Amino acid sequence: MAGKLKIHVDPDKCQGHSRCKSLAPELFELDEYGNAHEIGDGTVPDGLEDKAWLAKSNCPELAIDITED
Amino acid sequence: MNKPIPVTDWISDFDHTDPRWTEDPYPIWDELRAECPVVHTNRFLGVYMPTTYEAVKAIAYDTEHFSSRRIIVRNSRPPITQTAPPITSDPPEHKPAKQLLLPPFTPDAMKKLEPRVRAICNELIDQFIDEPSIDAAARYTKHIPVRAIAHMLGIPEQDGDLFIKWIHEILELGITDEETLMRAIEEMSHYFMGHIQARKSNPTDDLISTLMRARGPDGQPLSDMHVLGSLRLLLIAGIDTTWSGIGASLWHLAKTPADRDRLIAEPELMPTAIEEFLRAYSPVTMAREVIKETTISGCPIKPENMVLLSFPAANRDPAMFPDADKVLIDRKENRHAAFGLGIHRCVGSNLARMEMTVALEEWLKRIPDFRLDPAGKVTWSEGTVRGPRQLPLLLGAAR
Repeated sequence: MAGKLKIHVDPDKCQGHSRCKSLAPELFELDEYGNAHEIGDGTVPDGLEDKAWLAKSNCPELAIDITED
Repeated sequence: MNKPIPVTDWISDFDHTDPRWTEDPYPIWDELRAECPVVHTNRFLGVYMPTTYEAVKAIAYDTEHFSSRRIIVRNSRPPITQTAPPITSDPPEHKPAKQLLLPPFTPDAMKKLEPRVRAICNELIDQFIDEPSIDAAARYTKHIPVRAIAHMLGIPEQDGDLFIKWIHEILELGITDEETLMRAIEEMSHYFMGHIQARKSNPTDDLISTLMRARGPDGQPLSDMHVLGSLRLLLIAGIDTTWSGIGASLWHLAKTPADRDRLIAEPELMPTAIEEFLRAYSPVTMAREVIKETTISGCPIKPENMVLLSFPAANRDPAMFPDADKVLIDRKENRHAAFGLGIHRCVGSNLARMEMTVALEEWLKRIPDFRLDPAGKVTWSEGTVRGPRQLPLLLGAAR
């Protein structure tokens, strides 16, 4: 059984394409400039793992990291 | 105006205004990419073009060797007298100029604008729904972005035709005709200066007033010239780009009934379909000016040349996108670069996506059956922004 996934948006890489927010609104939120960050500490709730990977694989700036606890 | 010599060797002598490039650039880009990640032409006073996703990305990220002070490849390089921050800005001026423009264009801000755009689409459709055949570029796609941006700026939506004329003169005729270019920029500046002046005595609740109230990094209000430059940018960048995106998507659906029917049956596919249309038919090619000698993907790059930064070509690179030449409306992984990469990511990308989505949704709701009119001809704009400028369609099943 795999551990929990954790996501992190690198604020230096994010350019505000907001692809992650539209693919996984449960996991990402945007600041006033439209740049993304993970919600809370980035722990991916059960059942949202696919959305996390989908967001990562659609980020044009490669700004999203996923680690496994 | 001299007629350019037709291209006989694309690899060493490409011309992005050649009619064959305008008509169908994809096989030309495939040929160039197969030859080299960066090709060069002596036309337009010397221009490089990266042909791979990797090379396009490397240049987009490299603000040390590549400047945005010139962003359109033209026959001449007149002295830079008018800027349009942040698109024509390099670091460190770029970031503060961009941050001023970002808040009005977030996805949440776009949600507030969406009902007006839906209404605009339906007002347009009302005018031609009973006709058997129409030019969808002239009657539909052209008007949506111009009215939406006018609405945001707080200027009359009916001034749209004027904006379309200036944009055609600046982005297309202006590539080879400096006099027309300068006159269009002059007229546009004069028009917006009037709106800025009017708001000094009567502030309004629109984007022009928002910019006029904004403070620069020094804590001072922006100069009129800065506001003017940003307005010029919003108009030039916000109109025929999205017009092209909507048009190319509609063109694809008109010639691909299977995709059209699937989108009607599975409307939840719309977001992925929009991203795929953006990838496959990316309208915008930007440019950079080389300011320092460097190497990109092993190719030497020398100053005094421009770079045709072809996001559309990057988006067709098979090394980045499997089946790059196929339009797959359910493509799951799609890191396309239609809105650029790096610090110059299009400020209006959320607006463009919203307009494309709404324009297709409203069209499909009311006109589920349509196809290309075999009696008409689809024509495409040339140069910096590529999209259908004539899109003759037959509307309805029985016709």
